[in-house]
Amino acid sequence: MKPVPFDYVQAQSTEEALACLKDSDRNVRVLAGGQSLVAMLNLRLVRPNLLVDISQIESLSTIRQSKDILEIGAAVTQAELKQWPGLAESVPQLSMALPFVGHFQTRNKGTVCGSLAHADPSSELPLCLAALNGSVVLQSARRSRVLNAAEFQTGMLSTACQPDEMIVAARYPISREGDGFAFREVARRHGDFAIVALAAFVTESKIRLGIGGLASRPSVREWDILSEQELDEALNAFAWQLKGSDDIHATARYRRELVRRLGRQVIEEAKSARTKE
Amino acid sequence: MRELKSDRQHKITFTLDGRQVSGDAEPHLLLSDFLREKLGVTSVHVGCEHGVCGTCTVHIDGKAVRACLTFAVQVGNRRVDTVESLSNNEGELNDLQSAFRKHHALQCGFCTPGILMSVEHYLRHNSDPTESDVRDMLSGHLCRCTGYVGMVRAIMETAAKRKSGI
Ligand code: FES
Ligand code: FES
Repeated sequence: MKPVPFDYVQAQSTEEALACLKDSDRNVRVLAGGQSLVAMLNLRLVRPNLLVDISQIESLSTIRQSKDILEIGAAVTQAELKQWPGLAESVPQLSMALPFVGHFQTRNKGTVCGSLAHADPSSELPLCLAALNGSVVLQSARRSRVLNAAEFQTGMLSTACQPDEMIVAARYPISREGDGFAFREVARRHGDFAIVALAAFVTESKIRLGIGGLASRPSVREWDILSEQELDEALNAFAWQLKGSDDIHATARYRRELVRRLGRQVIEEAKSARTKE
Repeated sequence: MRELKSDRQHKITFTLDGRQVSGDAEPHLLLSDFLREKLGVTSVHVGCEHGVCGTCTVHIDGKAVRACLTFAVQVGNRRVDTVESLSNNEGELNDLQSAFRKHHALQCGFCTPGILMSVEHYLRHNSDPTESDVRDMLSGHLCRCTGYVGMVRAIMETAAKRKSGI
């Protein structure tokens, strides 16, 4: 349970960090909060030559709100975001989901962008990014690009981030008048990996439902407002498409049933949470 | 930009339980191992070494974090506090520790140092927690002996006393 030896740089600026990533001869990994990466290092599932620590870069430690988006820098911890005063109003779904992200102790160090980079299929922050159709800002020494959740999230523990790139910020859309949100998670123990996590986003004319824990990445469906029966059918079809698999925590069948039943509940909840227009 | 090489020892100076200390570490040395093996702080326990059990929890700059998910080279010039910082110089237990004793909140004591450090940070920001808040915070720790009931009582009692200023 000890990592392999590696070189270490504590980057003072984004440019410094990107310069390290340019070195294609070495396996370079970016370290932010380390709550997923260091566990993987300790298990030797990741064996880097160089670790670039970005946790002390000041320009990455800010949360910025503009008219349409909340931009969260790569060094912002989950605890900092959870305590950010405007969160429940700006991005209600994040403030609902954050208490489920790891534990108090891991949120103190774990970052929002780190969780997106790790891309565990059952984790909450990638799920909210997908459900809300947020995006990430990727930067390398040669370019900067913005990918939306569907482009960025490519599968189990994998993303479109290239070896010379790093996430510098995550962008979550700001809630508008008439939007409603809900979040639910089923796990054996609070703070454990979700067996199924559900994030609903409802507007006057649309229903969006994101599901984590069944497929290899967060899956989202969007429907026009449906009748009761249509909704049941749509959820059933969604559950079968996701399929899910059996593991020590739950069977695939149980997971699908959670999608059908809790899917309906979170959508209802999000509908009744819709703010007045 | 200074690159710390993997095959060298690097000197790390920081504040440990209120005292300035230093020690040598390779970049891949975990803070938990650094504290235990290089600095002799064996009250920092090591259970799972991947962030699950919580027994290695210490404070870095006042925040409760896992020492097994931190590298020694990351704490240079920062403040690290362990359970040793809770009692006074005469070794008298603080109020939280005494409440743990009173309520039988520990048996073997393996999980206890980490839990105490989590609680200290938590109570500073949540002075009036409900029992379910406390259980939620404790979900970041594993105790295989006590069943947590005594801990919850000890924490609730300490919170109430601190709040009323006793
Ligand atoms: S040893 Fe650090 S959490 Fe278990
Ligand atoms: S007292 Fe033994 S593990 Fe908690």
